[in-house]
Amino acid sequence: MSDALVRMEGIVKVFPGVRALNYCQFELKAGEVHALVGENGAGKSTLMKCLAGIYHPNEGRMFLHGEEVTIPNPRAAQDLGISIIHQELNLMPHLTVAQNIFIGRERADKTRIFLDEKWAENETRRLLKLLHLNIDPRTRAENLTVAKQQMVEITKAISFNSDVLIMDEPTASLTETEIEDLFVIIRKLRDEGVGIIYISHRLEELKKISDRITVMRDGNYIDTLPTATTDIGTIINLMVGRTIYQDSPHVPENDDQPVVLEVKNLNRGKEIIDVNFHLKRGEILGFAGLMGAGRTEVARAIFGAESVDSGEIYIHGERVTINHPKDAVKHGIGYLSEDRKRYGVVLGMDVENNTVMACFTNFLQKLGFVDDNATRRAALEYVDKLDIRTPSIAQKVKFLSGGNQQKVVVGKWLTADSEIMIFDEPTRGIDVGAKSEIYNLLNELAEQGKSIIMISSELPEILRMSHRIVVMCEGRITGELTAEEADQVKIMTYATMRNNHRKELVDANAAAALQT
Amino acid sequence: MDKIKNFSLRNFFTSDALRKLMSFAALIMIFIVFSIASENFFKFSNIIGILLATAVNGILALGVTFVIITGGIDLSVGTMMTFSAVMTAVFITNWGLSIPVGILGGLLAGSFAGFVNGLMVSKMKIPPFIATLGMLYATKGLSLIISGVAPIYFNDTPAFRQIATGSIVGQIIPGFDIPNAVMILLFMAVIAHILLTKTLFGRYTFAIGSNEEAARLSGVNVAAWKTAVYAVCGLFSGMAGVIIAARLNSAQPALGAGYELDAIAAVVIGGTSLSGGEGSILGTVIGAFVISVLTNGLRIMSVPQEWQMVVTGAIVILAVFADVMRRQRN
Repeated sequence: MSDALVRMEGIVKVFPGVRALNYCQFELKAGEVHALVGENGAGKSTLMKCLAGIYHPNEGRMFLHGEEVTIPNPRAAQDLGISIIHQELNLMPHLTVAQNIFIGRERADKTRIFLDEKWAENETRRLLKLLHLNIDPRTRAENLTVAKQQMVEITKAISFNSDVLIMDEPTASLTETEIEDLFVIIRKLRDEGVGIIYISHRLEELKKISDRITVMRDGNYIDTLPTATTDIGTIINLMVGRTIYQDSPHVPENDDQPVVLEVKNLNRGKEIIDVNFHLKRGEILGFAGLMGAGRTEVARAIFGAESVDSGEIYIHGERVTINHPKDAVKHGIGYLSEDRKRYGVVLGMDVENNTVMACFTNFLQKLGFVDDNATRRAALEYVDKLDIRTPSIAQKVKFLSGGNQQKVVVGKWLTADSEIMIFDEPTRGIDVGAKSEIYNLLNELAEQGKSIIMISSELPEILRMSHRIVVMCEGRITGELTAEEADQVKIMTYATMRNNHRKELVDANAAAALQT
Repeated sequence: MDKIKNFSLRNFFTSDALRKLMSFAALIMIFIVFSIASENFFKFSNIIGILLATAVNGILALGVTFVIITGGIDLSVGTMMTFSAVMTAVFITNWGLSIPVGILGGLLAGSFAGFVNGLMVSKMKIPPFIATLGMLYATKGLSLIISGVAPIYFNDTPAFRQIATGSIVGQIIPGFDIPNAVMILLFMAVIAHILLTKTLFGRYTFAIGSNEEAARLSGVNVAAWKTAVYAVCGLFSGMAGVIIAARLNSAQPALGAGYELDAIAAVVIGGTSLSGGEGSILGTVIGAFVISVLTNGLRIMSVPQEWQMVVTGAIVILAVFADVMRRQRN
C-alpha cells in the first residue's frame, strides 16, 4: 500500500437530503491513469471535489504519499500538488491566457508593487510549448474556442507541477484530433510519474487511455479493475447494476402515415440553404451531420427562435407563419434545446413550474390567477408517466440528474400538447443508463403518434433511432436515407459533401470513413 | 513595441480601444457643439469651472469603477463623501487638530465605511445593492447626528480651502490657474489606473468580476479582495469629501444624496460593464467629463435644470445602447 500516491478511505459526504458519498474508497498510484466511471449522480465529481478541497467530507480519511492530510480549501490542495480540471470550464473570460494560468500566483516585478506580466507570459509560452499548443498567452480567454480553453485549463493544471491531476470529463467538447492531442499530453505526464484521475462517460476512450478503472454507483464504491483485462460490457454492468441493451433498433413501419410537417425552400444566409423535408406522423426523423452543419439553425428557424430569409412551412398541409416561438407552440411544435441548462429548463425553478412553463395560459383561472391544483396535477402526471426521478415536484430542477432534467423538458412539451417535437442532441451529457431510457421515451412518443425530429452528432444514436435520416452539410441537405439503407459510411459521406468541391471529396471521405 | 506589432484592423474594431475612442469622440463632439452654440462656453474661466465641477464626481466615479468591475455596485458613495467631509470638519474645526491630521481622519472615516460595505457584501453575503443602500442611509444619518444638523465651517483654518480652490499650478505657471481639486482628480485617476492595470489588486478586481467562482477555485481569497475593493471605494469617497468640504469651506451634512447616481452614470458612460469583468479608468474620467460638460453647456445655453436631467438620462441610455450594439456585432 505504500506505493499509493493518493488513498481515500471511508469517505462520506452528505448534502441536504442526499447522501452523495457512502463510505467510498479510492486509490491512485504514481504514473497511472486511473479512470473513474459511473452514471451521472454516482458521486464521481463529489469524491474528486473532496480531494481537491472544494467539499469537506463528513467522514473518512485521505492520505497523500502515505501521510494523512486534511484539505481545507482549493489552495491547500494546490499546495499539496493536487490539481483539478473541472467539468465546467473555470476560466475568467475577460483575462488573458497568461493571466488565467497564473491567477492566484502572480509575481511582482522588481518594484514589488507592479505585476510582472512578462514573467507570466514567458512562463505561459514555455508551458504551452511543452504541450505543443499554438496559443498566444496574451489572447483573452473569451476569444478562444472551447477546445483551446480546455487546453488552457490543462496548461494551468500542469503549471502547478502537480503529482495528482484530476480531469473531470475533459473530452466532452473536443473533436477527435483534439482528443488525440490530449491523450499525447496525458501519456507524457503519466510517464513523468504524475497520477491522473480521469472521469469520463466515453468508455471506449477509457479503454484507450487508462490503466485502471474504478466504478461508482449511487454514491457507493463498486470495484476497481485493471483496464486491460476488462471489457466495456462488464464496466457498463457494474455502472448501472443491471443489464442494458446496447443495440436494438426499434423501427416500426409508418409508410402510410400522413405528413405532419413540411418545410419548403427554407433559406437564411449561408447557414440554411434551400432546405426541404417532410415529417410524418409517428416518425422519428434523424438529422445527421457534423457540428455546424446547420441542423440546429434549421430547428430554431422552424421553431421561430430565429428569423429566415425565405421559406414555407406547412403543418397538416396548411401553410403557417411562425415568427416567434409562441407561434410554434400554438401549432404544436416543441423544441428541446441541446443546451438544456441554458434554454431547456429553468434550473432554479421546481419541477412543477418547469412542466407547465410552455403553456401557463392553460392553467389560468379568472382574474389571471394560476390554478395551482391543475399545475400540480399536470406535473404529477408527467413525473409518473415519464418516470422522472425526483423526491417531489417541488424539487428544483438543478438538483436532478441530466437524464431527469431532459425528461422534465419532455414533460413540458407534452403538457403543451406538442405533436411535433424537435430533440436537439437529446442525450448529450447523459450517461449510458439514462440514455437508453431517453431512447425508450422517444420510441414511446413516436408510437403514440408524436412526430419527432432528432438532431444528433452520434452516428450510432442516429442509426438506432431513426426511421429516416436527413444529412446536412454547410447549411444544405446533402442526402436522405431510409433506416434500411443507412450506415455510418453513407452518412459520413453525405455529411462531408461540401458544395464547392463536392466531387473530389466524396470519394476521399468515403475512403476515410471506411477506415474508421 | 509589442503593442504596435500586434495591432490589426480586426482587433481594433472589436477592441476596447474603439469604445474608448468612441466615448472620447462623443466628448469632443459635445464640446464643439457647445462652443459653436454659445460664445461663453469655450472660455478659460468656463473650462476651469467645468474641470472644478468634475473633480468631486470624478473622484467618486473612480472609486465606484473598481466596485462595478467586480460586478458589484456602491450606492453609498455620495453619503460616505458627506460623512467624510463632516468628520474632517469635526477633527479640524471642533477638535482643533491640524489640517493634515484632519484630512487623514476624514479619509479613514470614508475607508472605514467602505470597509464595512465590503464586509457586508463578502462575509455576510448581503447583495451589494442592499448593503450599500443601508450604508447610504446610515452615513446620511450619522453625518446629520455628528454635525448637529448644521454646517461646520472652516473659518479658523483658511488654508484648508486652498486644497480645492487654490492653484499650485498657477503659482508655478502664472495665469494658468488650474485649481488643486482638478490636479487631485488627475492624480487620483493616474493612481487608480495604475492600481487597476498594473497591480494584483486590479487583477483580482477583474478576475472576481469575470468569474468569481473560478477565481475562488484558483485560490484567490475573494472575500478579502472584495472587502478591499469596497474599502478603496470608501477611500475615494473620503477624498471627494475632503475636496467638497474645501470647495464649500464647510461640511454640509445635508449634501450628498444623488451624487452616487452621477458617479455610476459616469462609470457607465465610460463603458464599464455593470455585469462586471470589464472597465477602465480612462473611460470613467471621460464619462465624468461628459456629464459635467453637458450640464455646464446646457446651463450656459439657458436650458432649464429639469431638461438638463432629461438630457443626461438620455445620454446614459444611449451610451449603454451603443455598447450593447457593439457587443452584438461581435
